[in-house]
Amino acid sequence: MELILFLSVGAVAILGAVGVVALRNAVHSALSLITNMVALAVLFLMLNAQFVAIVQIIVYAGAVMVLFLFVIMLLGEKAQEGRERLPGQRVFAAVLGVLLLTEIIYVAQSNLLPGLPGKATTEMVAQGGNVQLVGRLLLSDYVFPFELTSVLLLVAIVGAVVLAKRKL
Amino acid sequence: MVPVSYYLILSGILFTIGTVGILVRRNALIIFMSIEVMLNAVNLTFLAAGRYLNSLDGQVIVFLVLTVAAAEVAVGLALIVAIFRSRGTTDVDEVNLLKW
Repeated sequence: MELILFLSVGAVAILGAVGVVALRNAVHSALSLITNMVALAVLFLMLNAQFVAIVQIIVYAGAVMVLFLFVIMLLGEKAQEGRERLPGQRVFAAVLGVLLLTEIIYVAQSNLLPGLPGKATTEMVAQGGNVQLVGRLLLSDYVFPFELTSVLLLVAIVGAVVLAKRKL
Repeated sequence: MVPVSYYLILSGILFTIGTVGILVRRNALIIFMSIEVMLNAVNLTFLAAGRYLNSLDGQVIVFLVLTVAAAEVAVGLALIVAIFRSRGTTDVDEVNLLKW
């Protein structure tokens, strides 16, 4: 049962990703990317990551993709691709893609994840609550990276305003 | 339970599609979306590994990756808008001058 769900949701995710690359219209690509992200959120739920799944939908499929659509609409029809300059670009890309996929599948098949199992078992997470445990971890062990992200977001806000403004 | 290698292979397929998208497409916006596909694939790897090692650290790292991706999108899209204003195109093959 879980395998059927995994296969169908995984197929949706792959179709969404292919749509991003293959579709001509940028708006269609963006909508296809949203499909991909929602499918991935379902996979995150299957991996017992409820908090991240919801954040994925709110932040990624919501905020980030709206920003993308804003920019696509702002730039309009003129933001299309010109003619191909590099001959054989698709062939090279396909060959490199096949090579990369072979390598990744080879590594994934080999005996990966040799680390010792931690103590966050499914029962323990179900008892403590996923959001509570992730939040506690974020404010104890990972408090320094967590604080760094606030600086990062501030820099991103200032940078985006400076870059997008016509004249300061 | 679904074996962890299935998740890793799915994530590898998604990552490869994103890479091919970056290599094939020339519209800067689509290249950006391909980067998002790759970031999502890596997030899936983190969560699958964390799930099968009974660890919550993967979820915290995915949260941090999401933050970085949001910041990157904001700055990157501002860059694309700035380039479009000065060059009138978002085709990366047309933007080939260091100074203009």
